[in-house]
Amino acid sequence: MRLRVLHETRYAYDQPARGLIQVMRLTPASHEGQHVRRWRIDPSVDGSLKVKEDTLGNTIHVFSADGAVDQLVVRVSGEVETFDTHGVVTGTAERVPEAFFLRDTDLTTPDDALRAFAAEAGGSPDPLTRLHDLLKAINGTIVFDTAPTHAATTAAEAFAMRRGVCQDLTHVFIATARHLGIPARYVSGYFFRADGVVEQEAGHAWAEAKVPGLGWVGFDPANGIATGPAHLRLAIGLDYLGAAPIRGSRYGGGNETLDVRLRVDNGQSQAQG
Amino acid sequence: MGAFDEMGPMAADVREAYAGLKRWLEATPRDVFDTRRSQAELFFRRIGITFAVYGDNEAAERLIPFDIIPRVLTKPEWSIVERGLTQRVQALNMFLADIYSGQECIKAGVIPADLVYRNPHYRLEMVDVAVPHGVYCHIAGIDIVRVDESTFYVLEDNARTPSGVSYMLENREVMMRLFPELFAEHRVAPIENYADSLLSSLRSVAPASASRDPVVALLTPGQFNSAYYEHSFLADKLGVELVESSDLIVRDDVVYMRTTEGPKRVDVLYRRIDDEYLDPLVFRPDSVLGVPGLMSAYQAGNITLANAVGTGISDDKAVYTYMPEIIRFFTGEEPILSNVPTWRCRERDALGHVLDNLHELVVKEVNGSGGYGMLVGPHATRAEIEEFRRKLKRDPDGFIAQPTLALSTCPTFVASGVAPRHVDLRPFVLTGADGVHIVPGGLTRVALKEGSLVVNSSQGGGTKDTWILDG
Repeated sequence: MRLRVLHETRYAYDQPARGLIQVMRLTPASHEGQHVRRWRIDPSVDGSLKVKEDTLGNTIHVFSADGAVDQLVVRVSGEVETFDTHGVVTGTAERVPEAFFLRDTDLTTPDDALRAFAAEAGGSPDPLTRLHDLLKAINGTIVFDTAPTHAATTAAEAFAMRRGVCQDLTHVFIATARHLGIPARYVSGYFFRADGVVEQEAGHAWAEAKVPGLGWVGFDPANGIATGPAHLRLAIGLDYLGAAPIRGSRYGGGNETLDVRLRVDNGQSQAQG
Repeated sequence: MGAFDEMGPMAADVREAYAGLKRWLEATPRDVFDTRRSQAELFFRRIGITFAVYGDNEAAERLIPFDIIPRVLTKPEWSIVERGLTQRVQALNMFLADIYSGQECIKAGVIPADLVYRNPHYRLEMVDVAVPHGVYCHIAGIDIVRVDESTFYVLEDNARTPSGVSYMLENREVMMRLFPELFAEHRVAPIENYADSLLSSLRSVAPASASRDPVVALLTPGQFNSAYYEHSFLADKLGVELVESSDLIVRDDVVYMRTTEGPKRVDVLYRRIDDEYLDPLVFRPDSVLGVPGLMSAYQAGNITLANAVGTGISDDKAVYTYMPEIIRFFTGEEPILSNVPTWRCRERDALGHVLDNLHELVVKEVNGSGGYGMLVGPHATRAEIEEFRRKLKRDPDGFIAQPTLALSTCPTFVASGVAPRHVDLRPFVLTGADGVHIVPGGLTRVALKEGSLVVNSSQGGGTKDTWILDG
């Protein structure tokens, strides 16, 4: 499938900021499940844009700008060919041992309730079955709701509310998989909606878990499915913080208003507006 | 408990090193000591040396009690400790360099992989980052306890941002003011060169891109931090700028501090902020103490951080238990200083033993520090022991256990006169491009409560001047 992405993140400041710096994980890499045909990142103001790679193999851009900035738009656009690999992710840069992905983080440390939930849902002796059972159980237990959670909500907190967004469901999946001894990681990316809706409010997130004999397999708890050609993979991390598309900071600038525009289409529907 | 007293029995048999002090204690009238003790307290109050105790609402800041009776070690005793510390910190730096590049010690089975990779203080951001001269831990505080005439144990390694050195220096200064005659009678090894030694160590590890006269600054979380006094004290002694996050900016992977003459490039940052707060773009996003972009500048090799990011893994008490193997692996030598015998609760047999003997063991969280989150079995209530039993069963990986050591005692002023109190020692070990430097002695901490083994200032411990006698 050919996925086209247009992703604009617009920051507006009450008073001009004296300078800003951002770390962006907004560049997909090619692997067996996806081939990047074209991709570019354009900040709307002049500054220094350095490209690096982090230890996990993610491409990062560090953008810094001096002087008065009252508005910044980070515009990401590109086209990626995706293939159905039945959820199995191969051909990726694997830089660190899988044991690393068993580490709990502040956002993914399970509490008693999550441990009990993991034990109950993940009772199968077969790891792949266990993960699919977890996927189903999480998707069936936690209601998609953008209201009660925020970027710093932990897996345990979201689980207690039984509500959350893709980030929260993914954290719950990771926390429970790791608790069951299965290495798991956070993936940020984009998702093509089969229902024809191309304008979206935010990027997507899902998880990958290491299955013996298969390798890393993608699980999308928010949609309750294994990953496929509709998923465009951007970056991985231990949790949201490690894979976050943009982490930024600025000097001065008063209040900030954030506005995100995202279009993900398959190149067949014509762009409108 | 029959603890080893470093002075020797009060009545007779005083140990050679303490002979002069014993005479002094006997010959000086009680009211003179009382006067000197209040002078000492006044002095500390005037310079404003205080310590904020977390969890103590009534006294947000208070003086750490200072005991005027020095703690004495002889030169031969110190030489062993000094050689052991040098060896240990060298091994520690080699270990850190290895786990961030190559991981030979993991491949060789010296330390279990999961202890490294699952450790929150193992910073992936540091993998394959070249730090100048391979030095990760520039300032280490290694806590040492003594249990008899000839046995010193390492109790824990502090390789993050060890504090307390200002007390070591101030204690000496106060003692010299109050009791100049004692220093005339004893050949006490000087410690005043600590600041010079620290500054030259820090300058020696400046990035290759730095000018020939590298700029050093000290980064503090600010005046609300419990160790702020020490930060400003050290910046002053070193003659470097004391900066907070708002004083620093990162531009194009270079760190500058704002000065009245405009931005000035910083080459070496002696940072007294934990990793988690250092850069909100990489670690905790809610940190207001850190500098956005600092990690990127650091990874680019444009600034040296002291200590390096990711040294905290060697403070982990489970990693501590592998230090003897780590020393053997990296130095090819036998450890000169031993660890306290320790049970790893992550190992099933050890856990069984620990659970059966909680009433006589000391149990510590692998990630705990400052005397918090610790069980001292013999002094614990039944409820406390049961609480730890539950914690241990739920998370055995999170704990280690040690025998309750009879820490050595030193004579100390208490309400009823002079009495033995348990002590430990925190020497400060500096590492620069040219190797390891240790000023003789360190900070002696003393548990002021009778029988107490917890010397941490956060738990009501005091301090003493520490003398290494040159003969």
